[in-house]
Amino acid sequence: MLISRRAEFSASHVCRSAQLSEEENVRLYGPGANINGHGHNYVLEVALEGTPDPATGMIYDLKDLKEVMMREVIDPMDHRHLNHEIPPFDNVIPTTENLAIEIWRRLEPQFKSAPARLHSVRLYETEDTFVDYFGKE
Amino acid sequence: MATVRLTRNYRFSASHRLHLTDLSDAENLRLFGKCNNPYGHGHNYVLAITVEGTVDPATGLVVDPAALDTIVHHEVVAPYDQKYLNLDLPDFDTMTATTENIAANIRDRLRAAWPASFPALANIRVQETKRNVIELPVIEEVV
Repeated sequence: MLISRRAEFSASHVCRSAQLSEEENVRLYGPGANINGHGHNYVLEVALEGTPDPATGMIYDLKDLKEVMMREVIDPMDHRHLNHEIPPFDNVIPTTENLAIEIWRRLEPQFKSAPARLHSVRLYETEDTFVDYFGKE
Repeated sequence: MATVRLTRNYRFSASHRLHLTDLSDAENLRLFGKCNNPYGHGHNYVLAITVEGTVDPATGLVVDPAALDTIVHHEVVAPYDQKYLNLDLPDFDTMTATTENIAANIRDRLRAAWPASFPALANIRVQETKRNVIELPVIEEVV
C-alpha cells in the first residue's frame, strides 16, 4: 500500500549546460536558459510503500513524514536559488529530472530503518510538467 | 544513469458523438446517454504524455522538451483540436470516439512517428472531464 504527502517550495534556477553553445542552450532549455534565472512554485509528492501497523492502522506517521520532508527538502530549498545555494546544483544542472533525483537522495536514507520504504518522488515544476523518480539508478 | 519518468500536459478541445450503427436508437441512448445526442457535444480534453528513460548527464534532461512538444502537437493536438472527431478524423469512421479509443488512437499516432532517439513512450492519460479519465500504460512501470 502507498501513502503520499504533498509539500510546496518556491525556488529559482538557471538551466544551462557548459557543454553546449549559447544557441544550443537557448534552443534546448528555452526561456529556462535565461542567465539571470527564473523561478517556480514546485510541488513535491512523496510516496511511501508499506503495510499498515495493526496497532495504529498507519503505514507511517504522516506528522513524521511531513517533518522529514520539511527538514530535508523544503526548509533548505524554499526561497533559494538552486544553482547558487543548493549543492550539487553548482555542478549539476537543476532540471526537474535532476532535482527529483536529488530529492530522492536526500529522503531515501531517512527511511532506512522505517517500517515503510520510499516508493517515489513526484516533482511538479509547473501544473503541466512533472517528473517521477523511483530510485532506479 | 538514473531512469526517470517525465510527464507533460497538452490540451485540445473537440466534439464527438457516441453512437453504434448496429444498435437501435433506443439501445444507443441507453448505452451512451447524453453522449448519444445526434448533433454531438464537446470537451476540453487534457492529455498527459509520459516518457521514461535515462537522464542525459550533459543536459540533465530525459527528453528534449521542445522536440516532444513538436511531435505531440503535430501528431495529436493539431489534428484533434477544434474538430468534430466523428467527421473530421478518418480514424473514427469505424471507431467510436470514446475516451478509451481516443487514448489508443493517440498511442498509435505517437508510436508511428516516435523518433528512435526518444526515450520510451510510457503512459498516455486522457482526461475528458475532471471526473472521467482514461489511463493507458504503454510500458510497465519502473519500480
